[in-house]
Amino acid sequence: MSKTSRTGITMPAQAKKGTIIEIRAIAQHDMETGYRYTEDGKRIPRDIIQLFTCQYNGEEVFRSDFYPGTGANPLIIFTTEAVASGTLVFKWVGDGGYEAVNQAQITVS
Amino acid sequence: MTEFNPRSNPIKLSRRTYLSALGLFGLSSWMAPSLTMAKKPEAMEAIAKIAGSNTIRDGRVNLVIPPLVESGNLVVLKLSIESPMTANDYVKAVHVIAEENPSPNIFTAYFTPRSGRAELTTRVRLADSQRVWAIAQMSDGSFWRGYADTLVTLSACTEMI
Amino acid sequence: MNLFVFCLRVLPLLVILIGVDSSQALEAPKDTRQSSYYLMTLENRAMQDDSNLNPAAFWVMDGHSLWKEKIGNKNVSCASCHGDSGQKMAGVATQFPKMQKGKLQTLEGQINQCRTSRQEAPALAYESKELLALTTFVATQSKGLPIAVQETPQNKKDLQQGHQFFNTRMGQLNLSCAQCHQDRAGLKLGGSLIPQGHPTAYPIYRIEWQTMGSLQRRLRNCMSGVRAKQFEYGSQEMAQLELFLMWRARGMPLETPGVRP
Repeated sequence: MSKTSRTGITMPAQAKKGTIIEIRAIAQHDMETGYRYTEDGKRIPRDIIQLFTCQYNGEEVFRSDFYPGTGANPLIIFTTEAVASGTLVFKWVGDGGYEAVNQAQITVS
Repeated sequence: MTEFNPRSNPIKLSRRTYLSALGLFGLSSWMAPSLTMAKKPEAMEAIAKIAGSNTIRDGRVNLVIPPLVESGNLVVLKLSIESPMTANDYVKAVHVIAEENPSPNIFTAYFTPRSGRAELTTRVRLADSQRVWAIAQMSDGSFWRGYADTLVTLSACTEMI
Repeated sequence: MNLFVFCLRVLPLLVILIGVDSSQALEAPKDTRQSSYYLMTLENRAMQDDSNLNPAAFWVMDGHSLWKEKIGNKNVSCASCHGDSGQKMAGVATQFPKMQKGKLQTLEGQINQCRTSRQEAPALAYESKELLALTTFVATQSKGLPIAVQETPQNKKDLQQGHQFFNTRMGQLNLSCAQCHQDRAGLKLGGSLIPQGHPTAYPIYRIEWQTMGSLQRRLRNCMSGVRAKQFEYGSQEMAQLELFLMWRARGMPLETPGVRP
């Protein structure tokens, strides 16, 4: 069974066709770097989200790679063109079978 | 207090000269580190991997990090790349490289013509005061870069680990 | 006199006289208290203010889920007594620590007291994800409300003890809380500005910890900072110190859930 966590999407529910909308996507995740050690000197293994994708009506419009150097509870604010009404699907994939999905509807006039 | 004696032993004199040169080196590296010290090789290797044999031009990439940061654990990073973002002329990818982090690649984003603007905001970890680079790859195969310098302090009274 | 005598005798005297803290010369304004929110960079303040940028928002959501979860031998949830939305908790966090049945109780302690007695469920450990989530959820209901801890005949002794802890030197560095956070607040320690140390935003998402933490965790950090033996989580000393700090911050608005560097 894959691990998952809370995610949050903030974006407008409506937009005029052709305008550029701002999307904020955040995931609850410690982003364990793999560079930390326990008190008894054991290395804590890396456990991070590695990939974030945004699909708009089935077509990928944005993608980003996360690394140990990406901050905990990773946030990404990006833009996309409001081309048509429909669904935006956001996916996060990471170490240890981590997978989180969120979606939002948009009405484009 | 001893005074400089130009007629002192030649061996002592050369040691004095050596020490002065060392001191001068130390002083100049404190004053202008980028000129006297080598940049982190892994970071430069990572950048070379991205661009291959292509030249990376300065400009078009605007990277903004606060110049003074209270904790390197979560630093707001803003990127804005000049591009019309049309189907024929857009930013394909931007790679963020931190010179002093244990691993130089800290964030990569892939835009599409549907992105509208080649802009993003994220939050990264910065291990130390350093220069952070953003290398952009355009759809026409050209590479452009921008950078930002930041001072990372540490908040007082941290946890005992 | 020659330069040598001047440097040896007069200059140090001048330095001492000029260096004296002149803040007492000016008339102090009515309320000089300031939340450490104002010492943060604009980016960190924005992180606290905007719930879709504030990582602590996840703990508020987790707390709400736990609030509604039926657990324990009694199979009841917090919501069963206190309502689903949590809005009835408005004003609660601003009163803690408070005397409950003759015992000084912190908000975490009260949550555990409810769990063990009303729900017959095990108490949650300090700094556990669940306790932090519940505490954050409850405290967030009081966001914007003034801290309401007052001196009462019942809490007077504990308040005095907390005040004494605040003024007592401790640790290898032999410093008291007051020496930094009362006498030298606003000055710099290393690269950071010394805050007055009002617990107006707890539990906080501390960027240093990269997660949520309680006031007690932060106080333990202070104690390790002066190389003192740290008070134990949930101890009487901790509650007394918390009581004093909240009383010292009375009237200041609660900012929970806060972000701090």
